[in-house]
Amino acid sequence: MKHDIRKLVPLAATLCTLALVSFAARPALAGKAITVKGSDTMVILGQRWAEKFMNLNAGQVIMVTGGGSGTGIAALINGTTDICQSSRAMKQDEKLKLRDRFQTLGVEVPVAKDGLSVYVHASNGVKQLTIDQVKDIYLGTITNWKQVGGKDATIILYGRENSSGTYGFFKEHVLGGRDFSARVQTLPGTAAVVNAVSKDPNGIGYGGAAYAKGVVDMAIRKDAKSAAVLPTAATVHDGSYPLSRELYFYLRKKPEGDTKKFVDWVLSPDGQKLASEVGYFPLQ
Amino acid sequence: MSTVQPRRHVRAAQIRRERLIEFALRACAFSAVAGLVLIVVFVFKEAWPVLFDPETQKEASLQRFFATPLWQPVGDIPKYGLMPLLTGTFKVVAIAMLFAVPLAVLAAVFSAEFAPARVREVLKPAIEMLAGIPSVVMGFFALMVLASWLQGVTHSEMRLNALTAGIALGLGVIPTIFTVAEDALRAVPRSFREASLGLGATPWQTAWHVSLPAASAGVAAGVLLGLARAVGETMIVLMASGNAAITSADPLDSVRTLSASIAAELAEVVVGSPHYSTLFFLGALLFTITFLINVAAGAFVEQLRKRLAGA
Repeated sequence: MKHDIRKLVPLAATLCTLALVSFAARPALAGKAITVKGSDTMVILGQRWAEKFMNLNAGQVIMVTGGGSGTGIAALINGTTDICQSSRAMKQDEKLKLRDRFQTLGVEVPVAKDGLSVYVHASNGVKQLTIDQVKDIYLGTITNWKQVGGKDATIILYGRENSSGTYGFFKEHVLGGRDFSARVQTLPGTAAVVNAVSKDPNGIGYGGAAYAKGVVDMAIRKDAKSAAVLPTAATVHDGSYPLSRELYFYLRKKPEGDTKKFVDWVLSPDGQKLASEVGYFPLQ
Repeated sequence: MSTVQPRRHVRAAQIRRERLIEFALRACAFSAVAGLVLIVVFVFKEAWPVLFDPETQKEASLQRFFATPLWQPVGDIPKYGLMPLLTGTFKVVAIAMLFAVPLAVLAAVFSAEFAPARVREVLKPAIEMLAGIPSVVMGFFALMVLASWLQGVTHSEMRLNALTAGIALGLGVIPTIFTVAEDALRAVPRSFREASLGLGATPWQTAWHVSLPAASAGVAAGVLLGLARAVGETMIVLMASGNAAITSADPLDSVRTLSASIAAELAEVVVGSPHYSTLFFLGALLFTITFLINVAAGAFVEQLRKRLAGA
């Protein structure tokens, strides 16, 4: 036995040396790494911002992860992230919890705009819905496509998990706070919902506009009298598309140092331009 | 026996060393037990408010769990109805067991009673390798391939449903049932089979009427261990069941299980909220169920040992 352990010593020494060397070889950190966590809708956007910003500022490290707006806000409250990305506004009870822990109500920074698109399979004949129809579909009172002018087939509902800001936004702004039908199949992540709808001729889903690839966006009418509007840069920007929302950064306190530099850059024309390249919409 | 008496101090040193080793081994063994105890204490402690904290009970209590058929824990009026989750779990597990038990037990009979040694050498590791496939890979397979294929056969409205998840889950528990059942069958003494064959029974009659009954307690233990795994398995059902909280008996409806709800929602909840306590309550429930099943399986194994030893 002793023999074996002795043999391990040089190996262990080598590993330690390697670890030290690789650590030393990393670029000297200009500051602490900034952690960004939250909305799955915003994860790609956040990563692009972080990549570009890290390119511009050698040595700065920004780590972006998803999990859902609720996850990000919980992380902000639990003190495990610097910036929370959220696709919905923080709720009152969440603000109170943050105040209990950190004596602050948090800082809200709108960083981009997003159109929440409602989409269906490419073969679906229905091209437009009123908000009330979307609402009834997701409440489960409209169950067949022929009730909204389509073929005779049961509507298959897809949606997000309840940790998602998109779920919260949809529940509040489309369903008026009422409960989703129990028949909504929930999938982890917007991309999974898009994938499911793209495979299901009778499916309907909702999510951030940037993700709607392989499915067809529904034109939305505010009510029976208004015109049908597709989610495009122009309609989300001018507010004529009824299902648009702001995307936020939340911080515990006013940003300082590297975090402030990052937030300022995100709000700068460069950062906003990147947002529209990824498929979101600039604030201005 | 002629023994050489070692010198006293050498022996004393040896005894001390032995004691030290024994202590180290004991510590290893009990660290696992300590882990178990800590997990149990933690899970039940976090679930506690559901049963005893009046503030939490305004939103989530045993009564409220059954007062509503809806599971909508996020919203202005959160609803924590457990019925859809309980029926969903039961449905998926039942389908998985209906699919897995006959396959696994009959495969075990073939492997233990009929297969030539060379076939068995390939068969057994191959089935056991199924257990080595990460459940997330199994779930992914069910989501992308199995679901489409099954929808083509059943023409179900929902592509992801209890049947899809149940069959994928069944694939996941087959190795557990197979391994235990096969070992039990192989432990049946040769004399049993020889007596049966000597009396003129065919190999199939011997396997079905002698070996299988003799090993039945072990087979039952395998089935129960498979059941415990199916109840607790998370990733496969999370990916393949569609996760809609529907209370129905239709196997072609989407289902949401206890384990998948915990996995999907726990990351988001605010620590200490009623939603958080409720999820831990679900965890405690799952733990209790699998614990009882495991205890029963242990009892069956003991029974098998006694029966074969007494033969």
